Amino acid sequence: MDVNTLAWSVLLLPLLVAAAILLGLKRWSGLSSLLSTGSALLCLIFCFLLAAGGETAVETKTYPWIDLGQALELGIGFQIDGLSRGMMLIVSSIGFLVHLFSLGYMKDDAGKSRYFAGLSLFLFSMTGIVLADNFAMMFIFWELVGVSSYLLIGHWYEKASAADAAKKAFLVNRIGDFGFMAGILLVWILTGSIYFDEIAKAVGSVANAQLLNLAVLCVFCGAVGKSAQVPLHVWLPDAMEGPTPVSALIHAATMVAAGVFMLARVAFLVDAADFAAEVIAWVGAITALLAALMALQQNDIKRILAYSTLSQLGYMVMAQGVGQGGSDAGMFHLYTHAFFKALLFLGSGAVIYACHHEQDIWKMGGLRKKLPITFWTFALGTAALIAVPFTSGFWSKEAILETALHEKMTGPYVLAIIVAFLTPFYMTRLVIVAFFGKARTKDADHAHEVGPVMWIPLALLAFMAVFSAYSFVSGPLLARGHADIHHLVEHFGLTAILSLIGLVIGVGAAIYFYKGKDKDPISIPLFRDKFKIDEFYLGLVHVFQDAVAKGLDFADRYLIDPLVARFPAATALAAGSVFRVFNTGNVQSYAFLFGVAVVAVIFYLLF
Amino acid sequence: MSTLELLVFLPLLAALAVGLGAPARFTALGASVLVLLVAVYCAINFNTVVEGATQFASSRTLLEMPGFPKLSLAFGIDGISLVLVLLSALVLVAAVFVAPQESAIKGSAKLYYLSLLLIGGGAIGAFTATDLFFLYAFHELALIPTFLMIGIFGHGEGRVRTAWTITIFLGVGSLILLVGLILAVGALGGTTFDVASLIALAKAAPIAEGTQSWIFLLLFIGFGILVSLFPFHSWAAPAYAEAPTPVAMLHAGVLKKFGLYGLIRLAMPLAPAGAEKWLNLVLILLLGNILYIGLVTIAQKKLDRMLGYSSVMHMGYAFLGIAAGNVIGVSGAVLLMFAHGLSIALLFGLAGWMRDQFGSLDFDKFGGIAKSMPKLGLLFGFATFASIGLPGFANFAAEVEIFFGAFAGEDTTMTWIRWATIGALWGVVISAVYMLRAFRNLFMGPKPEALNTPADLSWGTRLPLLLLLVALLAVGFSPELLNQFIRPAVNGLFTAMAG
Repeated sequence: MDVNTLAWSVLLLPLLVAAAILLGLKRWSGLSSLLSTGSALLCLIFCFLLAAGGETAVETKTYPWIDLGQALELGIGFQIDGLSRGMMLIVSSIGFLVHLFSLGYMKDDAGKSRYFAGLSLFLFSMTGIVLADNFAMMFIFWELVGVSSYLLIGHWYEKASAADAAKKAFLVNRIGDFGFMAGILLVWILTGSIYFDEIAKAVGSVANAQLLNLAVLCVFCGAVGKSAQVPLHVWLPDAMEGPTPVSALIHAATMVAAGVFMLARVAFLVDAADFAAEVIAWVGAITALLAALMALQQNDIKRILAYSTLSQLGYMVMAQGVGQGGSDAGMFHLYTHAFFKALLFLGSGAVIYACHHEQDIWKMGGLRKKLPITFWTFALGTAALIAVPFTSGFWSKEAILETALHEKMTGPYVLAIIVAFLTPFYMTRLVIVAFFGKARTKDADHAHEVGPVMWIPLALLAFMAVFSAYSFVSGPLLARGHADIHHLVEHFGLTAILSLIGLVIGVGAAIYFYKGKDKDPISIPLFRDKFKIDEFYLGLVHVFQDAVAKGLDFADRYLIDPLVARFPAATALAAGSVFRVFNTGNVQSYAFLFGVAVVAVIFYLLF
Repeated sequence: MSTLELLVFLPLLAALAVGLGAPARFTALGASVLVLLVAVYCAINFNTVVEGATQFASSRTLLEMPGFPKLSLAFGIDGISLVLVLLSALVLVAAVFVAPQESAIKGSAKLYYLSLLLIGGGAIGAFTATDLFFLYAFHELALIPTFLMIGIFGHGEGRVRTAWTITIFLGVGSLILLVGLILAVGALGGTTFDVASLIALAKAAPIAEGTQSWIFLLLFIGFGILVSLFPFHSWAAPAYAEAPTPVAMLHAGVLKKFGLYGLIRLAMPLAPAGAEKWLNLVLILLLGNILYIGLVTIAQKKLDRMLGYSSVMHMGYAFLGIAAGNVIGVSGAVLLMFAHGLSIALLFGLAGWMRDQFGSLDFDKFGGIAKSMPKLGLLFGFATFASIGLPGFANFAAEVEIFFGAFAGEDTTMTWIRWATIGALWGVVISAVYMLRAFRNLFMGPKPEALNTPADLSWGTRLPLLLLLVALLAVGFSPELLNQFIRPAVNGLFTAMAG
C-alpha cells in the first residue's frame, strides 16, 4: 500500500468500526469488542508500515471539505513526517494495548459495545489530529477527541459524578477551543493560510508582531484546555470518573498530550513569537509545580496519577516555550511518558479491579505479595516517572531541564527542579501505602492477580517504560532523543546532580514518613483541597448562571419585552380601534375572515 | 404548470383538498413527500456551473396597469433558494409526520393539517418567487395560519395571549418591511417588481446614500423582527414553547429563515451603502442575540423555552455571516439557515414528543432517562451535538464559514467586525453550557423515583426525525453537497451588486 492509502485507512478504519457498532452490532457486545480490538491491531500494523518511511515528508491527496473557490478552501489532508509518524506509533500501540486490557477489564460491563465504539471513535479522532496538515482539520478532530472523551468519561452516566465530570471536561475544553479558534483566525489573516507548510513560509514576513504574539497565545489556549494546564486544569482529575483503561489511553498517554503535539507541530509559530513562548514556558512550569503539590496529599490512586500527569504535561508544555530544541525535548518526554504513564494507569486499573473497585490507597496495603506482576510492573513505571537513572523517563526529563538551562529560562528551570524533588516523594508514598505493609481491608486481603489479557499489556508497557528511550527500541524515530542521551552522558552536569539529589531526598523522605503507617501522618489542607481552585470556579459559575443569567432572564421578561412590545402594541391598538368592528375576540372567526380575504384577493387577481 | 409552480401549489392544492374533505393526514403526508421528491428533482437537475441566473424560471402576467409595475406570478431559483426549498421540504415532511403525536388535535384534524400545508406552501412560495409582491405575499400566507395554530391548538393557558403577541410583533415587522420595500421600489423608479431587475437597477444607478441608509434600516429592522433580532425577540421563546410541535418545527426551522433570506436577497444588494453605514449597529444587535440571549437561555428551566431561546441565539451567527458582506460569510449564513433549520426542527420534534409522553418539560422533574429510553437518548444526543456545532454536523461547517467570512480581509489589524467575531465565538461556549446541561439533567445521572418512563421512541416517530439527522450528517461530512449550489449563487449575487 502506498502512503496515501495507508494514511486514509488508519484514519477511517476506526470510524467505520464505531459506525458499525452504533448502527447494529451493539446487540452483540462480544463481537463489537473483538471487532474494535481487531481494528486497533490493524491500525497498529498500518502505523508500523507508515513509520518505515522515517523522517521523509510525503505529499498526500487532499479532500476538499469546504470549497468556496478563491475565497476559502479548507481540506482534509495529511502531513506525514517524522513527528506524525512517531506520534502515530505511540497512539496506535498504546491504543491497541488498552483495547486488549479492556477486553478483560470491561468483560462484564453492560455498556461494553458503547465503550468499544467510544474507543474506536477516539482512535479515529486522535489520528486526525496527528495527521492533520492544516489548522482547520486539526480543529475538527480536536473537537471530536473532546466528544469521545466526553462519552467515555460519562460511560457510567447513571452516576451523577460521572455525568458531571463528563460535562465539566467538555465545557472546560470548549473554553480552550474558543481561544484556539480565535488563534486560527488570527494566524489566517496574518499569514493568509491555514496550512502548516504555507504558514511556516509566511510567518517570517508578518509585520504586526503584537498581533502575532496574540495569535500564538490564542492558539496556545487550545493546548491549555486539551493538555489541562493551569488555569484550565480542573477537568482532568475529575475525568478519572471514566473507566481506568480510558484514563490510561486518553487522559494520560495520548489525548491530553495533543496540546503538546500541536505546539510541536507549529513550533515555527512559537519560535516567531518571543513573548508568547515565554508565557508558554511559565504556564507549563507553574502547572508542573502546582499539580505536584496537589498530588502530595491525594488518597485516590487514580487521582494521584492524574495530578502527576498534569505535572508531567506541565514539563512538556514548558519545553515547547523554552526555545531552541525545546520542542524536540518536549516531544521526547511525551513519548516516554506515554508508555510509563499508560503502564501506571493500567496497573492502577489492575489494582482497582483486584480490590473490587476500591480506589483509596489507605484501604489497600500489602498488595506486593498478592499481585506480584502488577507490583513489579508498577514499580518499573514509577521508576521511570521519578526519573531513576537509565530509565526512559530519566533521559527525557533531563533533556527538558538541560534545554531550559541552556536557553537561560531560569525561572521555569527553578520551578521544574523543585518538581523533581516532589515527584519521587508522592510516587514513593503511593507505592509504600498501597503495596507494602499489611492489608488494611478485606478486599485488599482477598485480592488476586489479574488474568493474562490484563497483565500482558502491563509487561509490554513495563519493558517500554525502561527502554523506550534507547535507539534499539525507538529506532530512527527519535533522532533528537538519542542525541540528547549522548549529550547528557558526555556533559554530566548541574541538572543531573540536582535531580539525583531530588530523587534521593524525595524517596528517602517518603519512606521515612510513610513506612508502616495506617493513616497519613502529614496534613496540608491547602494541597489536599487543590488550592480551592475548583471551589473558586464553582463560585464563578454560580455567579454567572444564577446571578447574571437569571438577572438577564428577569430583565428580558420584565424590561425588554414590555419596552419593545409597547411600540407594536400601541400601533396595533390604533389599528384595532379602526377595525373594532371585526374584533370579536374569537380566534376561529379570524380564521374565517382570513379565508374570506384570501378568496377575495385571488378572485380579484384572476378575474 | 412549471416545476416550481408544481412545488408551490402542490401543498396549497392539497390544503384545498383537505378543506374540501379529503382524508387530512393521508393527503398532507402524500403532498409533502411529493414536494420533497420534486425538490430533490430540482437539485439533481440543477446547473451548478452558471453563476447567478435563476433556473426553472416561469412567469405568468397577472395584472398590467398603466403607471403601475406589472404584477407577475413568477418563480425561479438560484442555489440559495434551492437550499431553502430543500430545507422547507425536509422539515415539512417531518412536521406532517410527527403531527399525530400531538394529543391536542382535538378532533379538528382538517384545520390542523390544512394549516401545516399552507405554512409549507407559503414558505416555498416565498423562497421561489422572483416577483417582490408575491415574495412578500407568500410569506404572509404562511404566517397567518401560524398565528391561528398557536391560538387554537397551542399548549398552556396563555396560548391566545401568545398568539396575539406573535401576531402583533410579526405584523409590525412585516409592516416596517413593507414600508422599506415600497421606499426601495419607489427610489428605483417604481417600474418593476422583478427582484433581479431591481438589483440591476440598483447597480446601474445606485439609490442616493441618504435614502439607502433609511431603506436598509427599515429592511433590517423589518426582516430582523421576523428573525427574532435582539431586542425584538421576546415573541419567540414563548411562541415556540406554546406552539403545536409541527408549527414550532416549521416556524423556527423554515419560516423564520425568510427574514435572513430577505436580507441577503433584497436588503444587501438594494442598499449596499446603507448596509455599510449601519454595520456597527448590526454588530451590536447580533452580539445581543448571541451573548445576551445566550445567557438568558442558560437561565431557562424548561426544555421547550430553552430551545426557543437557543433558536433566537443562533440567529446571531446568521446575522454575522451576512454582516461580513463577502462570499464566505454569506455562504456560511445560507448553510447555517439549512443546518439550524433541520437541527431545531429535530429538537422541537423530540421535545414535543417528550412533552406528550411525560406531560412536562421541567428540567427538575427529569433525570437518567437514557437508561430506559436509549433510542430517545441517542437521537437527542445527536441533536444536542448538532446544535452545539460539533464537527460532522452541517452546523459546524456553517459556523466555520461564518467565522472565516467575518474575519476575512486584507487588513492585518483587528477591525470592529473581527472583535465582534471574537465575541460571537464565545457563544460557542455558551451554547455548549446550556445544551450539555440540558442533556445531563434529562438523560444522565440517577433517575428520580417519581418519574415514570414511557415506552421508547417507535420507528414511526423516529423515521422522520432520522431523515433530518441524516441530512445534517451528510452535509456536515461533505458541505460540498450544498456548497455546490450556494457557491455560484453567492458569487453571482456579489457580481450583480458589485460596484
